[in-house]
Amino acid sequence: MTGYLAAYSTSTGEAVQFWVLGTVAVIGALCTILMRRAVHSALCLAGTMIILAVFYLANGAYFLGVVQIIVYTGAIMMLFLFVVMLVGVTAADSLKETIKGQRWLALLCGLGFGILLVGGIGNAALTDFNGLGQANANGNVEGLAALIFTKYVFAFEITGALLITAVVGAMVLTHRERTERARTQRELAEQRVREGKHLPPLPAPGVYARHNAVDIPGLLPDGTTSDLTVSSTLRDRGQIRDVSQEALGDLRALEQRSEERLERTEIEPPAPHRTPSRRSEEASQ
Amino acid sequence: MNPVNYLYLAALLFTIGATGVLIRRNAIVVFMCIELMLNACNLAFVAFSRMHGNLDGQIIAFFTMVVAAAEVVVGLAIIVSLFRSRHSASVDDASLMKL
Repeated sequence: MTGYLAAYSTSTGEAVQFWVLGTVAVIGALCTILMRRAVHSALCLAGTMIILAVFYLANGAYFLGVVQIIVYTGAIMMLFLFVVMLVGVTAADSLKETIKGQRWLALLCGLGFGILLVGGIGNAALTDFNGLGQANANGNVEGLAALIFTKYVFAFEITGALLITAVVGAMVLTHRERTERARTQRELAEQRVREGKHLPPLPAPGVYARHNAVDIPGLLPDGTTSDLTVSSTLRDRGQIRDVSQEALGDLRALEQRSEERLERTEIEPPAPHRTPSRRSEEASQ
Repeated sequence: MNPVNYLYLAALLFTIGATGVLIRRNAIVVFMCIELMLNACNLAFVAFSRMHGNLDGQIIAFFTMVVAAAEVVVGLAIIVSLFRSRHSASVDDASLMKL
């Protein structure tokens, strides 16, 4: 009798869990549609899905709760994030409406639809809740397996066919044939000779004692930087680091520090040719 | 608390997802809203399963998850190939059947 009553209204703990997590789930869903960047939307949606997994567990669907976390938040949302990274993580939606008044009409439609759904649920005769105690008596996974492999076995097998079709479809859609043959190294070299510019290989990037990264341009004899020494990709992105002045600044800071340590601040500003001796002095300390 | 509240929550999440599909124009976010609607349906199925005291609702939710996984794979492949040809993931730019 108590179990029957308990099925009508849930325990206080579940009620608290529902109201707290349900609020968070709705906020997450709202953030999903309101965030301008796709990455933020994806993360909010992942949070909502984890909360839904907790609700599945609370409703006695233990297998589905775990599958929800593994498949949805683990696989599907990561696939979403992967595609967001491919398509460009910085691309934010433009807020300009292409159809006039579309946003308000959409909100109106959503509101009407929500009222319709809630009204339908409110008017339905949902008075008795049986609870899953009897169905889960032999374990949730065993019960599901018994149903899948007897009553729903054809649906299960057709699902397998669907998954294989989806895999083949994804491969066909994203696979791209090369329409032309890739040029070999020999052909590239011959083309360089024919065009007559940059016959030798491009100059190497700048390598200093402290900066030996490929995004630092090499210095020309007059001290200016040469853009040719940096990969064209980095040049297009504007990710070249100019450190030609940085080395001098570092040297100045080093000298100032060594002078502070040696308490020689009252002496005249250091001449450049004395720098090596100062540095060896500091190293010997 | 009456367990019917789970159904109300599912209805609310479904409505939010549907509104998102109508409002947003980034194809990836539209797709996420579709996932949200599918999840809301799953929650309703699980709540109904508890209401009726048998596991059929959970089986349907399980099949929904499998179909959603297949759908995501194909849909994201379509989005990637759209992005390759148009350099944009906005659904407004996909107004022609060919490039």
